Amino acid sequence: MIQTRSHPRATTAPPADGVASSAPRRLTGAEICLESLIREGVDTIFGYPGGANLWIYRRLPEYPQLHHILVRHEQGAAHAADGYARSRPGAVGVCFATSGPGALNLVTGLGTAYADSVPVVAITGQVAVAAIGTDSFQESDVIGSTMSVVKHSYLVTRVEDIAPTIKEAFHVARSGRPGPVVIDFPKDLQAAVTEFNYPEEPVRLRSYPAPPAPDPVKLQRIADLIKQAKRPVMLIGRGVIISQAEEEVLELAHRAHIPVGWTLLGTGAFPLQDPMALQMVGFMGAGYTNKAVCDADVLMMVGMRCDDRVTTRLDSFAPRVEHLIHIDIDPAEIGKSVVPHVSVVADARTALRQLIPRVEPKREHAWLTQIDQWKEEHPVHYVKRDGFLQPQEVLEEMYARCHDEAIVLADVGNNQIWSALWFNYAKPGRFLNSGGMGTMGFAFPASMGVKLSNPDRTVFCVTGDGGFLMNVQEMATMVENQIDVKVIILNNNSLGMVRQFQDDFYDGVQSAVQLSCTPDFVKLGEAFGMKAMRTDRREEVGPMLDEALAHRGPVLLAFDIDPRANVYPIVPLGKGMLDFVEAS
Amino acid sequence: MNPSRLLSVLVENRPGVLNRVASMIRRRGFNIDSLSVGPTEDETVSRMTIAVHVGRQQAEQATKQLTKLIDVISIDDITGLRNVAHELLLIRMNAPVGQRTELLQVVNVFLGRIVDIASSTMIIEVTGTPEKIDTFVELMRPFGIKEVARSGAVALVRGDQTRLSPVDLGGDAEAAVPPGLVRVGGGADTTGDI
Repeated sequence: MIQTRSHPRATTAPPADGVASSAPRRLTGAEICLESLIREGVDTIFGYPGGANLWIYRRLPEYPQLHHILVRHEQGAAHAADGYARSRPGAVGVCFATSGPGALNLVTGLGTAYADSVPVVAITGQVAVAAIGTDSFQESDVIGSTMSVVKHSYLVTRVEDIAPTIKEAFHVARSGRPGPVVIDFPKDLQAAVTEFNYPEEPVRLRSYPAPPAPDPVKLQRIADLIKQAKRPVMLIGRGVIISQAEEEVLELAHRAHIPVGWTLLGTGAFPLQDPMALQMVGFMGAGYTNKAVCDADVLMMVGMRCDDRVTTRLDSFAPRVEHLIHIDIDPAEIGKSVVPHVSVVADARTALRQLIPRVEPKREHAWLTQIDQWKEEHPVHYVKRDGFLQPQEVLEEMYARCHDEAIVLADVGNNQIWSALWFNYAKPGRFLNSGGMGTMGFAFPASMGVKLSNPDRTVFCVTGDGGFLMNVQEMATMVENQIDVKVIILNNNSLGMVRQFQDDFYDGVQSAVQLSCTPDFVKLGEAFGMKAMRTDRREEVGPMLDEALAHRGPVLLAFDIDPRANVYPIVPLGKGMLDFVEAS
Repeated sequence: MNPSRLLSVLVENRPGVLNRVASMIRRRGFNIDSLSVGPTEDETVSRMTIAVHVGRQQAEQATKQLTKLIDVISIDDITGLRNVAHELLLIRMNAPVGQRTELLQVVNVFLGRIVDIASSTMIIEVTGTPEKIDTFVELMRPFGIKEVARSGAVALVRGDQTRLSPVDLGGDAEAAVPPGLVRVGGGADTTGDI
């Protein structure tokens, strides 16, 4: 049976008794939980019921302003909540799971959100307080199991603590460097009754101060370094998107004519077709970006961690840099892999806004000419092969129809890198993927959250046949709720990136990478009631996309691509930034 | 081998905090030499004294990661500062009547106390720096040690300063960074696979 529910975006609850009154009401813990979520602006919850959260589900129908999406596996709930938050600045994703297996199934999704600094609040049912620690039915140590993949976690032990805990959890999840937070909520407390008073005053935690204001002395040093720089380069990451600093980055880049490259997660924060644009950097970045970084004398990193995907072999990274500048909100990222000469621990937007007036307009002609020459010498390109559909051809047709108005959510593997490189992103938030954790199976469930968070925008989920099957059960959720995502499966009947690595770096021994029993995706779509199409012909790609985009509702589009299609450029394992290999 | 770094950490006195701190240190690949935790004058705050076997740069990373924990209020790396770092030793010695006089002479030199005595054993209590305790334990060995319990160091900085500056966020130290790219760990290859 298809459930349909209205989806109002109300942010305040009508009093449950229908009487407007300021006197505190006595509510159950479950009601307090739901009322508190509404106070935090929540309108959508992804969840799965079970024994230890049934009191919450008992009360849920009384709050029609909370749109609950029943997923088919808790991992899907965590990813969908992630997608919901990741695609809309300021939003927090919410997911529910029961105790034991339900909560444990969230772990991969929480880790994915943690690695990419996505604000998610997971509320897990727990066995009754008195039963905790007795190995009772469906009991697991949720706090312990999730500790290394969350920003913070709470075990509620008194019904009076529920409202302040939820308030604090949302504050922690969305502030500073955002991240997932778990609230473990024992079953008996869901039924216990107390007065409901949602805390009015802002959360203040002595152990969690607000990010510091940028140090003006350091900002001036940065401005001076930019002034002296002969070969400046800026690299930006997801921090720029989180702090919505894209305009400031653009302004600074234009003011001082600084070429800008980006990380995988920073893709979209800077318009690719801007004259100052480089491309993605690092392991699978554009050759000309790597060349620019390796020749730069002043390198400025903003809102990024500088992990091994960026640096490739660390001793090959930016060898000619004389001065390194690092701006990030998380002090633990400063000096983790490379030691900056000037660092600013602050929100990227705040820091750049205060920096820009100090920077003198300048233009290093010789450097920009050199960059243009590298762009000509090392264009990102692919090789066509007769009789085989190339994945880039699919992405180009998608782009031709939507330009930068669609959101592309990529899974993990070759499909992810193709999606990053072959769509001319011009706005932040248009390209989303699990960059840090690299979670296969992320994109499909997450795309449901993205679409619900951005109902007016075309949402493409680009995935491989491997990753799609990892959370294929969410087809039921997508159809049931008619969540209008266009799912692009780049099907090569194999684990393409693993196969490419085995071919090139593991002696060419293909081991456990052939997915010879890939389903017939058209029949699979029909089985779930989802419109589905497939082709392996270049000329059918455009018409198929047109038909899918004209269709209201989810569509599965399977493209049987060249099984030998690889990701290029790529830096071979153990090699340095300039050892990139290009398509040939 | 790196010397031990001594971290003095103030944390919220809440269940699970020890777990969070220990887990963070383990996850970042650092080895704890000793860890002691106890209440402070403020009942909502506990102090942890952690000795970790890491280099300065690693200690800085551990410190920053610990600071990020929501329940950690403040953290000081007090290694090398003038501090008092003491631990408590309880040691059960084989002490037949004929050996006791000689044993007690050593105990007296170390300002130790006998806190339990039985027909053939005694428990001795000694406090002091970890090095003093190490020495005492070595001197006890010939008499026959039956059991040892050590508290791990607790530490405070000497002088009037009760609280040092918060964790250095990379500020003044940067002036000392030489030109050119400085790579952590000497640029060792940490590149992952797929």
